[in-house]
Amino acid sequence: MKETDILVVGGGPAGLCAAIEAARAGARVLIIDDGLRLGGQLIKQTHKFFGSKDEYAGTRGFKIADVLLSELERYGDRVEAITNTTVTGYYTDDGVFGALTGEERYFKVKPKRAIIATGAYEKTIPVPNCDLPGVYGAGAVQTLMNVYGVKPGEKALMVGAGNIGLIISYQLAQAGVQVQAVVEAMPKIGGYLVHASKIRRIGIPIYTSHTIKEIHGKEHVEGATIVQIDERWEPISGTEKYIEADLICLAVGLSPLIELLWQAGCKMRYVPELGGYVPVRNREMRTSHPDFYVAGDAAAIEEASTAMIEGRIAGLCAAASLGYRPPDYEERLEGFWAQLERLRRGPVTEKIRQGLPKAMKEE
Amino acid sequence: MMGGWIREHPILTYQHGRKVKFYVDGKEYEGYEGEPIAAALHANGIRVYRKSMVLERPRGFFCAVGKCSSCFMVVNGTPNVRVCITPLKEGMRIETQVGKGEIR
Repeated sequence: MKETDILVVGGGPAGLCAAIEAARAGARVLIIDDGLRLGGQLIKQTHKFFGSKDEYAGTRGFKIADVLLSELERYGDRVEAITNTTVTGYYTDDGVFGALTGEERYFKVKPKRAIIATGAYEKTIPVPNCDLPGVYGAGAVQTLMNVYGVKPGEKALMVGAGNIGLIISYQLAQAGVQVQAVVEAMPKIGGYLVHASKIRRIGIPIYTSHTIKEIHGKEHVEGATIVQIDERWEPISGTEKYIEADLICLAVGLSPLIELLWQAGCKMRYVPELGGYVPVRNREMRTSHPDFYVAGDAAAIEEASTAMIEGRIAGLCAAASLGYRPPDYEERLEGFWAQLERLRRGPVTEKIRQGLPKAMKEE
Repeated sequence: MMGGWIREHPILTYQHGRKVKFYVDGKEYEGYEGEPIAAALHANGIRVYRKSMVLERPRGFFCAVGKCSSCFMVVNGTPNVRVCITPLKEGMRIETQVGKGEIR
């Protein structure tokens, strides 16, 4: 059995930042990640980030992962990272986590604190044949083409015109895939105008108030029928269009990955604005279970930039709770919250601002 | 053929590992060592990884993060291997999984 001060589950933007802060304060940290390398979803993001210099604005996602990893290296003697390993469960009777390397080697971990930075899971849409190979999550498509250099298909149909759908449509085109269309159920494009104009400029049509009626194919996807919907989300007959595609990319939202928090008995609340069930937490990102902290998409579906700061808060506070309290603790904590508030300004994050108070613990 | 490796990209340069041979249902293919099995399969145009338990519907890649269970295959005799997060190794014997797979 492995013992450590702080177990960080997930080595994406939130987890890496949590580990950096906790190790900087002096705690021993173990990061466990199920991917083949650290960095989480950052390693496949080729677009430049927004925000200010503090949040690495203007830098491409995969380069931010490199920056964080080299920052973590500074505390190398206190940090251990294990990849290709899934944390499979938490046992409340003895406070032990189970972990599985690959598919066959189990081991146990007993930490004093855990930071759950597991991220999110892609949603799907229930239409006929949505289980056929070729219907892939948007993140999965990004992994194939941006990390491993594999062409995910020849002709693609994108479902969802939020930022993820728009950005990945452009990236598909960069990878040589013909993007046939983007469909969006809402009457308006959800993502930033700058991303939408980029894909319109290269001739990709965006159909708003449209959804997929049916996916076609036998062994794998061959096409889809799309249809216009009215204000009550009912299909308008006669508006069907057939789109030829061997790849249907779903960018229809994410759900927080929170199984470990449920297992630990953390108090959860259903907050649709934040992506579904999320743990109740305080300003330290501590959940109702005193040994459990949360950060990133597992706490609320937001952006990598906010995930990184939440990670830093969780790392700083989890370490402090074990007696590793840096002299600049208060200033740092206040500084991180000021940064979060700056990032959550503006109309795009309106929903987040409405949802967050519902997930905060009344002190 | 569907899939294939991306050889030219406006932003990215790919650093692949060593080229290795592997087998799918007895047929030989090439992929890069250490990269997910699913990436190599997809690059070789292989999209159907298993048949579902009840209706034997084709299943393939979906989430790429080891969560959805869609990509289970039999790898070197072990069933239910998540090929999206399992690294490819020289000489791996991969089989399309039908149903639950048999634990030997």
